[in-house]
Amino acid sequence: MRRAMGSSSAALRPPVLSAPVEPAPTVEELPDELVGADTPWQTIVWNDPINLMSYVTYVFQKIFGYDKQKATALMMDVHQKGRATVSSGSREKVEGDVAKLHAAGLWATMQRSS
Amino acid sequence: MRAWKRHGRGERARYVAVLDPAEASVLRGLVGQVDDMLSGRADAGPQDELAELTGIRTGPSTAPDDPVLARLLPDFHRPDAEGGAGADGVALSAAMRSVNEPELIAAKRDAIATLLASCPGGGGRVELTVPQAEAWLTAVNDVRLALGTALEVTEDMPERLPPDDPRTDHLPVYHWLTWLQDSLLTVLLP
Repeated sequence: MRRAMGSSSAALRPPVLSAPVEPAPTVEELPDELVGADTPWQTIVWNDPINLMSYVTYVFQKIFGYDKQKATALMMDVHQKGRATVSSGSREKVEGDVAKLHAAGLWATMQRSS
Repeated sequence: MRAWKRHGRGERARYVAVLDPAEASVLRGLVGQVDDMLSGRADAGPQDELAELTGIRTGPSTAPDDPVLARLLPDFHRPDAEGGAGADGVALSAAMRSVNEPELIAAKRDAIATLLASCPGGGGRVELTVPQAEAWLTAVNDVRLALGTALEVTEDMPERLPPDDPRTDHLPVYHWLTWLQDSLLTVLLP
């Protein structure tokens, strides 16, 4: 059995959201359902130094049903740009999305689309 | 403990690990501390007769002063951020918190209860269903958020801190929780 503490090494430690990494593909353009005229509210996820990149990708897949590619691209946007718009819609819909993200431990807020 | 292993597939999948007594004790202790903080916050919420009659709870409208609780229960809006609503945004954030915070605390405490019920106090074999494994991910992440905030973890945190740093004894626990969570994610994601 492995010892409880000190079992990890710096080289093997999983990357957190805000850790520097190689450039990766990002979301160039938001899909239509995110920028339509009748979608006045947005869900924003902010970068933080604790949440793991793998976990954030998992949460986006789980909550929004995004495929791995899209979830990874959104995670990379949060990581590299400091924030990403991860969903949009009515105020009630976005409020529900923010609540789910908070339940998962992500730092999310809502705002009106600009 | 060794890395998590998956047995079976789909809904019948089981996620298995063996925790030694010290690991189980540390994990249960930290999860219990987060639970105590959340329940303390819930108890401090406003009580009124209408809420008792209707069963609809309302929470406080302002963020916790404690930075750890504030990280676990974030604001719904950033009034001063780009795209923020300024003074209107403060009112929006207060209203959203009041409506949503009781449910958020309940969800986090549910995940904690699931972890505590499936993690033997003296250590040993842990075998989780998919929903249980998801609850573990949530509860362990909340403990990492709490501990990471308390330790003021940064993205380039070294593996070890200087011996005179007051955080030096706690950092290995944080790294172990990170490893535990990442290991579980690895087997949970096909």
